[in-house]
Amino acid sequence: MAPRTSAKICGMGHSMKRKEDPRFLQGKGNFIDDHTLPGMLWLDIVRSPIAYGKIVNIDSSKALEIDGVLAVLTGKDLEAYGLHWMPTLMSDTQMVLPIDTVMYQAQEVAGVIATSRYAAADGVAAVEVEYDPMTPVMDPFRALDDDAPVLRVDKEGQTDNRIWHWEAGDKEATDKIFDEADVVVREKMHVPRIHVASIETCGCLADFNPVEGHLTVYMTTQAPHVIRTVLALVAGHVGLSEEKIRVISPDIGGGFGGKVPVYPGYVIAIAASVVLGKPVKWIEDRMENLQADSFARDYHMDAELAADANGKIKALRIKTLADHGYADAQAAPSKWPAGLFSICTGSYDMENAYAEVDAVYTNKPPGGVAYRCSFRVTEAVHCLERIVDTLAHKVGKDPATLREENFIPKEAFPYHSPLGWEYDSGDYQAAMDMAKEMIGYDDLRKEQAEKRERGELMGIGVCSFTEVLGAGPSKDFDILGIKMFDSAEVRVHPTGKAIARFGTKSQGQGHETTYAQIIAEELGLPAAHVQVEEGDTDTAPYGLGTYASRSTPTAGAAGAMAARMIRDKARKIAAHLLEVSEEDLDWEPGTFSVKGAPDKSKTIQECAFAAYTNLPPGMEPGMEATNYYDPPNLTFPFGTYICVVDIDRGTGEVKVRRFVAVDDCGNIINPMIVQGQIHGGLTQGLGPALYEEMTYDEDGNNMAGSFMDYLVPTAVETPAWETGHTITPSPHHPLGAKGVGESATVGAPPAIVNAVVDALAHLGVTHMEIPMRPDRVWEILREKGVAG
Amino acid sequence: MARHQVTVTVNGEAHSREVDSRLLLVHLIRDELALTGTHIGCDTTHCGACTVLIDGVPTKSCTVLAVQADGADIGTVEGLAGADGMTALQEGFQQEHGLQCGFCTPGMLMTGTALLLSNPNPSEAEIRGAISGNLCRCTGYVNIVKAVEYAAAKMGEDN
Repeated sequence: MAPRTSAKICGMGHSMKRKEDPRFLQGKGNFIDDHTLPGMLWLDIVRSPIAYGKIVNIDSSKALEIDGVLAVLTGKDLEAYGLHWMPTLMSDTQMVLPIDTVMYQAQEVAGVIATSRYAAADGVAAVEVEYDPMTPVMDPFRALDDDAPVLRVDKEGQTDNRIWHWEAGDKEATDKIFDEADVVVREKMHVPRIHVASIETCGCLADFNPVEGHLTVYMTTQAPHVIRTVLALVAGHVGLSEEKIRVISPDIGGGFGGKVPVYPGYVIAIAASVVLGKPVKWIEDRMENLQADSFARDYHMDAELAADANGKIKALRIKTLADHGYADAQAAPSKWPAGLFSICTGSYDMENAYAEVDAVYTNKPPGGVAYRCSFRVTEAVHCLERIVDTLAHKVGKDPATLREENFIPKEAFPYHSPLGWEYDSGDYQAAMDMAKEMIGYDDLRKEQAEKRERGELMGIGVCSFTEVLGAGPSKDFDILGIKMFDSAEVRVHPTGKAIARFGTKSQGQGHETTYAQIIAEELGLPAAHVQVEEGDTDTAPYGLGTYASRSTPTAGAAGAMAARMIRDKARKIAAHLLEVSEEDLDWEPGTFSVKGAPDKSKTIQECAFAAYTNLPPGMEPGMEATNYYDPPNLTFPFGTYICVVDIDRGTGEVKVRRFVAVDDCGNIINPMIVQGQIHGGLTQGLGPALYEEMTYDEDGNNMAGSFMDYLVPTAVETPAWETGHTITPSPHHPLGAKGVGESATVGAPPAIVNAVVDALAHLGVTHMEIPMRPDRVWEILREKGVAG
Repeated sequence: MARHQVTVTVNGEAHSREVDSRLLLVHLIRDELALTGTHIGCDTTHCGACTVLIDGVPTKSCTVLAVQADGADIGTVEGLAGADGMTALQEGFQQEHGLQCGFCTPGMLMTGTALLLSNPNPSEAEIRGAISGNLCRCTGYVNIVKAVEYAAAKMGEDN
């Protein structure tokens, strides 16, 4: 689609170079650890070496003898302020610091406050904690046994380790379809616990002013406004009041959902600043980060598809066990404990479906952050896209063909899914056609057949996903009761330059550029003249933050609506200046001109100047607008990914030879940035498919607690991603956009697994668990007698 | 703890500080010299966010003691751009969208700068190999490779 605006204005469709880049490229970014304040102290945290046990004693005396160590805060200290427990965003509770029991390895046990980074670390090493270990519950299935110890004895009425049961769909009708189906296929699969592993860890700098009772917190948060409200709600009793709390989210070195929740470290730093009346900084090190927070996934799924003999899908049935660890601390909307898992019917038209999820506590750290995923969409898509391949194999059809025969046809949109969603728009066949063409699908199948003859293992994997994102319509979506709208405030200065502030917070997505382009598109001001700000609760309008691919669907829409309000005012001013009626004006981006007399015109800049200098009689001065946007529906981006792998029979290593990703995210604001989002998302899909997994031994020891053992893809393993786009606008979004940040993380893993299974299908393999590490693949090669 | 006088030249400017034996070079650079462009991402020499040039060699400053760098010539991201503006590699990162959150970027730039000095026309595989000790979670590396290629091409034209 050709851009509507000139390269000078740089509205939607231009690959504008990013406005934020120069500071990052010259070492002038402003990340959390770059902040210092006069008199600043350091917090470091004593963590539990065991997964489950009683605290017998905490002896801080040796730590307090160390030069520079000022205080050691324990749960009992926080108890005096009523701050030793905190709510999670899912209305569960978790300890800030424990009084008598630790529930997971690396749990925060005490906070050491010192005058330097090094003294604080010395203090941590010197705090002596005596534990009485107990046998942890690490297996979520074991957690459901009748004789399993009840872990959350702190919760009144809790008699087992169940957290909640959730279900969607018509069980009876679905079961009936299964009973009568020609073909039923079933796979059990685990989407394991993984970690966001943003290169910047979490941290904060809490600065409490005891004279004014004012708290400023610089914090790695994707949702600063919500965090401020939560702080006011949980710490109101110690005098923190919302108008006296300022949360500033500075440049963030990657978030991916891991910087949505409130972690104990933040609260300990704030408590320490309140107690000591000095600024206190807390910065996690990498091992703390990998062992204590920012965990995602961990769904054990048992999935079945019913179909007719031709492979026409009739129904889907999924039973799931969700391992949340010690607390339900995920950051999902209140009414959606299993997130948007009910998108699990995906891109296929079927009569019915039923999905259920049971959540349990174990002695793992709290998990379930929506890691680059609109609340459990990753798990849902993995499940469906895997079992669709199993069905194709069972009925003897090419997996691409079987998908095409089951796609929701484009005429069927808006489409009502069996589990209650109204898909806004889609053309799944178009994305499939482009992906097949780009990768040369038919030729690859021929090549595969030839290689199979020679004993070489090559596979082709397909995934045709549908996402659901942009939460949300506020009637259905809230976080702790706060409706999931988002906001923009746009102000045009007299000289025709503008500032635009948003309730979201970029963590690398490029909002300073794309939001400016949205304003440019609507107002015709050059995007270069639009300054974008986010992340400061004292200045930005209230919003729910950036996660779940919601920024463009919500705050981006708010920006467009606010700009349109300003344009409407500018039209009145232009009519006044040109002495014509509003109806007699044409609008081209940046200019109002008189119909039939195009040389009689006023630019948006001239209108802005007049808004402060030469107003029509009775008009309110100034040129600004605020919009709180409550979307009428979610958006449903989609795409088809095709992956080609070669498997080394000697080592079991899977090499991704090619990967074509065709995405449809509706209208595109900045093609360069969209492509970058896809590249990054694909790489964060490659990691879990092949390398990344957070495992624990039976004693609860984290087995992947550093980058030595938690393997994120490097430039060597990562293929040269190939991308393409179809464009099916969202009918309800003001810009026709849908959001794109997470599609690739969702769609990539099943494409890669399907390719590996496809390479081994002739040996009778129908499923592979992730990550498909070389040892795991090689073991199957050995079993099948093909290991080299 | 023993204290040591350490003198380093950073981006052409000499600095002398008395430091603890255990002070890491990255903390000398960030906390003592206030050059916060060099980042800390992992503490274990895996991520490369702290990469600086020590006598021209890309080195992860989170596992070098400040005392080990005594007398060294150190280059950090702040020293790349000059009076003529950003270097070809910095420009390449912006033109090719080789950065998103920007946290790994300084390390990538230092590694890339050293690569182009020793190998002015690297292949894609050579670029990927050179940056394999620098982790990025945002970009998927494709555009970082392109950024280095952009710089190689531009520097080739200029010569």
